[in-house]
Amino acid sequence: MLKLKIHHFSAYIILTLWSLIVIFPLWTLIINSFKPQKEIFRDPFGLPKNFTLEGYKAAWQTGRFDLYFTNTIFVTIVSLTLILFIGSMAAYAMAMWKSKFSVALYIFFIAGLMIPIRLGTLDIVRLVKALHLQDTLWSLIPIYIAMGMPIATFVLTAFIKELPSEMFDAAKVDGASEWQVYSQIVLPLMRPALATVAIFNMIKIWNDFWFPLVLIRAEKSRTVALGVSLLFGQYRTDWTRALAVLSLAALPILLLYILLSREFIKGLTAGAVKG
Amino acid sequence: MSLQMNHQKRISENKRKLTWFLFILPALLIYLTFMAGPLFDSLRLSLYTGEGYNPSRFVGFQNYQNLFTNPLWREKFFGAIKHTTIFFLIHMSVQNSFGLLFANLLSSEFKGKNIYRTIIFAPATLSVLVVGFLWTLILNPQWGAINQLLIAIGLKQFALPWLGRENLALPVISLTSVWQWVGMPTVLFLAGLIGISDELIEAARIDGASEWKLFWHIKFPLLKPVIGIVAILTFVDNFNAFDVIYAMAGVKGEPAYSTDLLATLFYRTGIAGEHPVGIPNMGMGAAIATMTFLILMSGVLLWLYFSRQQAKE
Repeated sequence: MLKLKIHHFSAYIILTLWSLIVIFPLWTLIINSFKPQKEIFRDPFGLPKNFTLEGYKAAWQTGRFDLYFTNTIFVTIVSLTLILFIGSMAAYAMAMWKSKFSVALYIFFIAGLMIPIRLGTLDIVRLVKALHLQDTLWSLIPIYIAMGMPIATFVLTAFIKELPSEMFDAAKVDGASEWQVYSQIVLPLMRPALATVAIFNMIKIWNDFWFPLVLIRAEKSRTVALGVSLLFGQYRTDWTRALAVLSLAALPILLLYILLSREFIKGLTAGAVKG
Repeated sequence: MSLQMNHQKRISENKRKLTWFLFILPALLIYLTFMAGPLFDSLRLSLYTGEGYNPSRFVGFQNYQNLFTNPLWREKFFGAIKHTTIFFLIHMSVQNSFGLLFANLLSSEFKGKNIYRTIIFAPATLSVLVVGFLWTLILNPQWGAINQLLIAIGLKQFALPWLGRENLALPVISLTSVWQWVGMPTVLFLAGLIGISDELIEAARIDGASEWKLFWHIKFPLLKPVIGIVAILTFVDNFNAFDVIYAMAGVKGEPAYSTDLLATLFYRTGIAGEHPVGIPNMGMGAAIATMTFLILMSGVLLWLYFSRQQAKE
């Protein structure tokens, strides 16, 4: 028993130490974003004494963060809606259709879990140019939908296969079409799995920097990640502003995570868990 | 009569197949057009040369030959492979050992374990770019918190320019990334450990097994499948890393290309264009992407082979 207590004690020490290592940078990020530069350098760890919102104001005025947020929210919501809709339809068909062809399609989709879409970037750039979508948010949306297909089919097909099939059979005997079974029975039952897929993709899309970097120059289509990288470059020596920009980008996700941490953890690790 | 029924049955069977196919079609089209298609077309693109967005001159394997033998490319290419491997190995060893340790500590019941888990995982939800920029400030040689702390406790000689030295920058950036991602293996290992029956562990404890023995002789062997999954995820994610280098060392992998990874080399070559020319060389970029693809594929296939072998045992 004593041994076990020692084990618990050392567990507390190690975990507390690491937690401090995690919290410390985030804490200094946020408190220092409210301090003038001089105070950051003189007293980096205390609460702000000369509270200022100058960094946020500057970021908002020179950086049009209102626009970047609107753009990112728009891209995320449109992409997510379509990923869930298109992905769940395909997953339903692949779970129900027992044939070699559907198994082959399933494998084709989930192979994308192991192969990063970025490797095809050069051709995506050519495609986006050919479709005259460069510098628009519509260049990002189809990429994000394609990127979401492997995880959506992986998680949702496994989930539907677990559902008792009598539920669908009964409805079909009553003369319901496949579309009716899908939209009225399967879709509502899938909600927990849809939430997992949504969170996984939401984080990926919200935080994506690569595709905006490659495809977008115009101010009107900038996302938060792109705005952060441009402004951080400008503010490198003005720490109040630099930290305000980083806080602006980090806080929405952090707050959401504190509210929904269980769902976030489940969602983000979904790709690794066998269905 | 029965012939007609058979006929009708076949029609309805075909109609069913068509319905299923139509359900899959939208997903298939977008996946083909924006993911699978571009991936395969990049292989083709790597056999061409030319400036701008339509490299049209077919050159066979000349881009690859350049990559492997032309000293201008060779040095950068093999440098990038080496740095990417180091970056991956640091994650594999440090991140995953820490993950295993934290998961083992979190697997017993005690007060506050969910809070610890939430904190450990938190950085994984943030953008890599934001984390990279944040640590650049923390590691700033003059004003950064790390060096301020080191000076305050009298270790001035250890207050180094962390991102400014060629032998230091890559390990330091890798560890920053470990800081962000350690929550992933922690949570995955934790799920694996929770699956191990309590009775088994209690029985071993009653027999007098130490926590150390308990871990190595009972928990670790049972965790093998999870270890395999964590390993392959670490491999795929890190052979593809870009954002953290962009944020902390720039696209040229400063200082002196010592942190240049395959993805930053790919970006400079195929998308941004190398200084001083500034014109992207898409054929060459595609060759680098294809080589990265081959490295990833061989890793994944090797992993599939070994996990099959293990499953048979």
